[in-house]
Amino acid sequence: MSGTNFIISREDWSLHRKGEIDRERHREKVREAIKKNLADIVSEESIIMHDGRKIIKVPIRSLDEFHFRFDYGKQKHGGQGDGSSKKGDVVYTEPQKGPGKGKGAGEEPGVDYYEADVTIDELAAMIFEDLGLPNLEQKKKPEIASESVEYNDVRKKGIASNIDRKRTIKEAIKRNALKGERGLPKITPEDLRFKTWDLTYKFESNAVVLAMMDTSGSMGPFEKYIARSFFFWMVRFLRTKYNNVQIVFLAHHTEAKETTEEEFFTKGTSGGTRCSSVYKLALEIIEKRYSPQDYNIYAFHFSDGDNLVSDNDKCIRLIKELLEVCNLVGYGEIEGSYYYTSTLKTTYKRINNPNFTWVSIKDKSGVYPALKKFFSQAPDQSGSSNLS
Amino acid sequence: MDPKEELMLLEDSLDRITEKAKELGLDFYDMFFEICPADILYTFGAYGMPTRFSHWSFGKAYHRMKTQYDYNLSRIYEMVINSNPCYAFLLEGNSIIQNKLVIAHVLGHCDFFKNNAYFKNTSRGMVESMAAAAERFREYEFKYGRPKVESFIDAAIAISEHIEPRVMIKKKNEKEGRRQGRKESCRIERSPSPYDDLWDLEKGQECQEDCSEKEKIFPPEPEKDLMLFIEQNSRDLDDWQRDIISVLRQEMLFFWPQMETKIMNEGWASYWHLRIMRDLDLDESETLEFAKMHSGIIQTSRTRINPYTLGLKIFEDIEKRWDNPTPEEKEKYGRPGGEGKQKIFEVRATENDISFIRNYLTRELVEELDLYLYKKVGNEWKIVDKEWQTVRDGIVTSLKNCGYPYITVQNADYNKHGELYLKHHYEGIELDVYYVEKTIPHLYTLWGRPIHLETTLDNKRILFSYDGEKNNKKFL
Repeated sequence: MSGTNFIISREDWSLHRKGEIDRERHREKVREAIKKNLADIVSEESIIMHDGRKIIKVPIRSLDEFHFRFDYGKQKHGGQGDGSSKKGDVVYTEPQKGPGKGKGAGEEPGVDYYEADVTIDELAAMIFEDLGLPNLEQKKKPEIASESVEYNDVRKKGIASNIDRKRTIKEAIKRNALKGERGLPKITPEDLRFKTWDLTYKFESNAVVLAMMDTSGSMGPFEKYIARSFFFWMVRFLRTKYNNVQIVFLAHHTEAKETTEEEFFTKGTSGGTRCSSVYKLALEIIEKRYSPQDYNIYAFHFSDGDNLVSDNDKCIRLIKELLEVCNLVGYGEIEGSYYYTSTLKTTYKRINNPNFTWVSIKDKSGVYPALKKFFSQAPDQSGSSNLS
Repeated sequence: MDPKEELMLLEDSLDRITEKAKELGLDFYDMFFEICPADILYTFGAYGMPTRFSHWSFGKAYHRMKTQYDYNLSRIYEMVINSNPCYAFLLEGNSIIQNKLVIAHVLGHCDFFKNNAYFKNTSRGMVESMAAAAERFREYEFKYGRPKVESFIDAAIAISEHIEPRVMIKKKNEKEGRRQGRKESCRIERSPSPYDDLWDLEKGQECQEDCSEKEKIFPPEPEKDLMLFIEQNSRDLDDWQRDIISVLRQEMLFFWPQMETKIMNEGWASYWHLRIMRDLDLDESETLEFAKMHSGIIQTSRTRINPYTLGLKIFEDIEKRWDNPTPEEKEKYGRPGGEGKQKIFEVRATENDISFIRNYLTRELVEELDLYLYKKVGNEWKIVDKEWQTVRDGIVTSLKNCGYPYITVQNADYNKHGELYLKHHYEGIELDVYYVEKTIPHLYTLWGRPIHLETTLDNKRILFSYDGEKNNKKFL
């Protein structure tokens, strides 16, 4: 200090966590809000069509800090030019909204979203929080075993960061008590206890998912989009939750063929529909590559139900064959703008097997319930608990 | 650099800078400087105070600011509190030259806090009051549960801008108003509180009134201070809830003068960091670093007016015009010249942003700074006005009531059912309808009965209502 009226100091701020605590609370609220809006978010185009970005922006309305305010778009605002501005100059151009976006509230003028950044994986984890692969069984051949670290032992030697405080203090108290004294004495090196770990291998059941999609001419952009949303999340989910899931993509019109994931989602074809073709291919693939002895097999098929009527009986027969080798067969029918009197769905209603599930989806918000229906775990066989 | 050595160097420059500032006529409180790491400074920035109650909205602000800092998008160098002694926080890692500029800037702010008329009634012990309030809020959370306290704060924050900052001026009218309105308010039951004896003081006054007089509308005069009005007149609030409203209102009263003098305050501080730094002996590299930092501060933007730049330019212009008046100014206003310094000190003491802009933003400045007004046309924002008076008045309009809509309580017993009738005083700019419909439910939480808000849309008067379950609107 030099006699003038000021003080300068530097404190230890390392315990000051206020901002972090409230930030955490804010994050919590973001998650709550996302969960509440999952049905809308699941079919959000910008997420499904995202181009490989890891982090996506999820629009949330409920986290705005509401107060009375002017309509920003109807106000005049002040700005500053570089000296050469003229009346009529454009200061800022709003990005054009992508076409085909639904009737979301975001279309209203002057309305803005609070956008939360989340990763797709986080979002997938939220969507599938209570879901799992149904009817999972321990199969013979665990193909890949995943490594994991488990703290399962306590030793007297170890590295300082792994000190087991509770046991160390217990030891000290014990030692003291043996001397007939109360309380906690000074901790000596003999008291120290360390947690140690073992590498364990987690054996997971193997599962293969057969993703089948109708790509015939009657599947319009909307129908494809719905199927695409469903498979998008299904793939995310399976890959985040299980190390050991294989996915086979099968596209069909009157004939079926195996495709890559990318082709599956991007290629469009045309022509009529013969669903039996894809079931037949699925059965062949199962026979050749995925023995039901070793794999849990899940088959999902999406179509608009506009199948050749003469083919329907064959479909039923093949579905029944699939049910003999699969843990679950799912059929999703997307109700497009046409109305069909005889759809595959009505045919499939005749199938009476607990391992067969069908849903019909009318609009975007139907994707989330469909996911829930397909992946809800059967009450008697909770999938994930059978894993380890 | 070794932290100790750094601190000594800093102390040395502080010594010189405060000396210089005093010599130049700045008048500030005792200063308390604290060096803190970025996450702490940004925490303070988000809360506006070193200690303030917990709320997720501060967490949100902190997250935004911190992220920008982490990505190197923006940086705050300091944060200064209107208090006595004056607390100022410097960012750890500022270079010596950055800190010199920041210190000079901070002294400018402190001089402004101490001498500007609008700060006259701010509590200089707010650091402590806010810390105490934070502690009480935390106790409420323990006692009544976080969800309950949090959602009540959500509601109170939603209308926290609606206060009457001219507390002192208002006083007189209020007294009259209260006497007239008493009749009606007699019927409002107040939950017993430890301060009941204070209300008793007014009893004598009341009894002199003729109590059989016809019913009057309450409040007798439209009331701008929604926060105070609700705190005093809402029927079913618990003490802790009234306390929350009261605290938020006090904090808003404290921050309001800073909001209504943003341009002046930043301009003044920038003026002084420039002035003081020029007087210090800087070597070449220091001068360069200083120039870089200063130009960052006064960087202009096409979509908003930088308060630092505008404020600084106006102060410099005033000084110039009072030091060397034109012959016309000499003759017309009897301005002798050489009074520049005196004039800017006078302006910093008596004006706020609105009067500052209205009185001192000249045609020459508007043109030199290339200021304009822009507006949304289709999906483009276009410059619509360059005429200097329109631009000046446009800026003034945007500063009115610190940019918040002017809303008053008209009737606290609407429909004879204790419903709250509010009116937005429409002055040509419509409200954000979506926000209105989301905000009145918050008011319902505070008032406990249906809420109505009258405003104007498409030149028609419209009433938004919320009855506890749903929104509804009708043209009047």
